[in-house]
Amino acid sequence: MNWLRRGSSGGTTSEPLWKEEFSVRTADERYVTRRQLTKFLVLTSLGMFVGNIWILIRSLFYKSPAYPQQPVAQLGEIPVGGVKLFSYPTKDNHCIMIRTGEDEYVSYSQKCTHLSCAVYYSQADNRLECPCHKGFFSIKDGAVLQGPPSRPLPRIVLEARGEQLVAIGVKG
Amino acid sequence: MSTNDRPPQNRGLTAIAGAMSLIAVLLIVQIWLLSAALESFLSGNRRSALPAAIFSGVMFLICLGLYAFVDRVDSEVRSSSNGR
Repeated sequence: MNWLRRGSSGGTTSEPLWKEEFSVRTADERYVTRRQLTKFLVLTSLGMFVGNIWILIRSLFYKSPAYPQQPVAQLGEIPVGGVKLFSYPTKDNHCIMIRTGEDEYVSYSQKCTHLSCAVYYSQADNRLECPCHKGFFSIKDGAVLQGPPSRPLPRIVLEARGEQLVAIGVKG
Repeated sequence: MSTNDRPPQNRGLTAIAGAMSLIAVLLIVQIWLLSAALESFLSGNRRSALPAAIFSGVMFLICLGLYAFVDRVDSEVRSSSNGR
């Protein structure tokens, strides 16, 4: 039962721990409270460190998911400046594809990285826009141009196979 | 009244308050580091996890050192109080 009789100066006192911790004097109580708070702050610091270690472990053992190969459109199916909506890699992940030139197609997740509203293509400004909080994304790489989103839109990797456009992965 | 003339508990309080402030500042930086590392991890960038973990570990060690200091001051204060 040593913890009940913690000698505060290397065993020179024999005052029980509970008497030290729950002193009747206000000054002592304030002193103990601050010391306890310091201990609590150090434990919180340990918690933050453990959190960072957890993220590190997750990063080291991260395996990129295998994406299906899915035909999403025919070449020339949409006009230049036109848009097609599809779902990839699952039916719950809505995506938007834009034909930016004769042979140029880009595709992004339609979910805004801020609060998940659906983004749409603004042909007048040539950018993707989120109507909820006016978040604007670049049509070239999905980067944030303006507004509250902090991350770019995930890009759907497209590949032309014969007359078909096939989605083969997601980047970002 | 010089510092040495002050009651031991007052000196202890000052030391603990100083250490506590430093620990609080380090903790705020650690919280920021954790949120930044998590944000980075969720956005697919996994390169920042290692430096974040190293810095967080260093800060935790500093906090631990400060706590050891507080503990030592605490012991001294108690022994002086009991000796009077």
